Amino acid sequence: MRRFVDLHLQPSVKNLDEVKRMVDRSSKLGYRLVGIPLPPNIAQDGVRQLKEICSDVGIDLVTRVDLTSKTPRQLLGELRHLRRRFEVVSVMCTSKAVARQAARDRRVDLLSFPATSFRRRFFDRAEAELASQALSSLEVDVAQLLSSRVFSRIRLLSSLRKEVAIAKKFGVPVAISSGATDVHLMRGPYDCAALASLFDMTVPLALRALSEIPLMIVERNREKLSPSFVAPGIRSVRGKRVCRSV
Amino acid sequence: MSERVRRRYLALRVLSEQHISQEDLLDAVWNAVLQLFGEHGASQTNLTLIEYNSEKSWGIVRCSHKAVEIVRASIASITEINGKPVAIDVLGVSGTLEALRKKVSF
Repeated sequence: MRRFVDLHLQPSVKNLDEVKRMVDRSSKLGYRLVGIPLPPNIAQDGVRQLKEICSDVGIDLVTRVDLTSKTPRQLLGELRHLRRRFEVVSVMCTSKAVARQAARDRRVDLLSFPATSFRRRFFDRAEAELASQALSSLEVDVAQLLSSRVFSRIRLLSSLRKEVAIAKKFGVPVAISSGATDVHLMRGPYDCAALASLFDMTVPLALRALSEIPLMIVERNREKLSPSFVAPGIRSVRGKRVCRSV
Repeated sequence: MSERVRRRYLALRVLSEQHISQEDLLDAVWNAVLQLFGEHGASQTNLTLIEYNSEKSWGIVRCSHKAVEIVRASIASITEINGKPVAIDVLGVSGTLEALRKKVSF
């Protein structure tokens, strides 16, 4: 059975009632893993509280940070500080230089682009080529589609269609998330897959973008963050033991 | 000999803080289909509201089996009715009403 993942649920982390409501709805909609963007300076107690809320309804919380760096240098600094503290790192690419840096950096998991300013959607062939080498994925938020109206929705659909086709051509994985800030913007995985058909993603491909691809990102990063991780495919099985020579 | 019409039944649950009438729901679904797929797309759906319980906020719609994805995407795209936020979830899809009722417990 598929395990559906919503990597981008955006409740206000300070409002625990809202977090509870949204996580509860996620569980009812059939998601098993949920990613919530957290402030970079969040205390461990805060994370523990959120994990408890999620585990009460049978959901696994994925800690995530959204970076909105203005320059490549700032992005590199933030990645250096935050990569090992969060399970998923997403970069909102607001300039071409940041987009290129994010696409070539192996520490970045998800590339996001602004929904409203179409000139700042930099996911072109060059970006896709860099992303495919660095194993980063393109993130599509369903909430962007739901909250846009008439002409902005037409332009967004056209951009997404183009970006998904480029991603497919260059083998860049696409992850579909809700991006919901409110319970009314949350949709079930099969409904999201139906919405993805609006930008020419087939239902099986969309279901992969809602389950296997985000799950792969989370599992890969959890393995890297575990203390036994040495290198991809290599784990330390036992601690160091001093052998005495006879 | 004419081809047998194949239909699909979709069970819906309406999430809203306001009371939604049957007419409001049907209008919202048709408007969403028209907005996303136009008159040509809407004509292929054969969409009908079979049942709606406004007290418990659930309903059943019927459509052509070829138009399930069109109807599903349109229903998912509804975010407000009468200016108030709303979400409509598809709880299940089936080929017969009986099977749908077995599948989904309202």
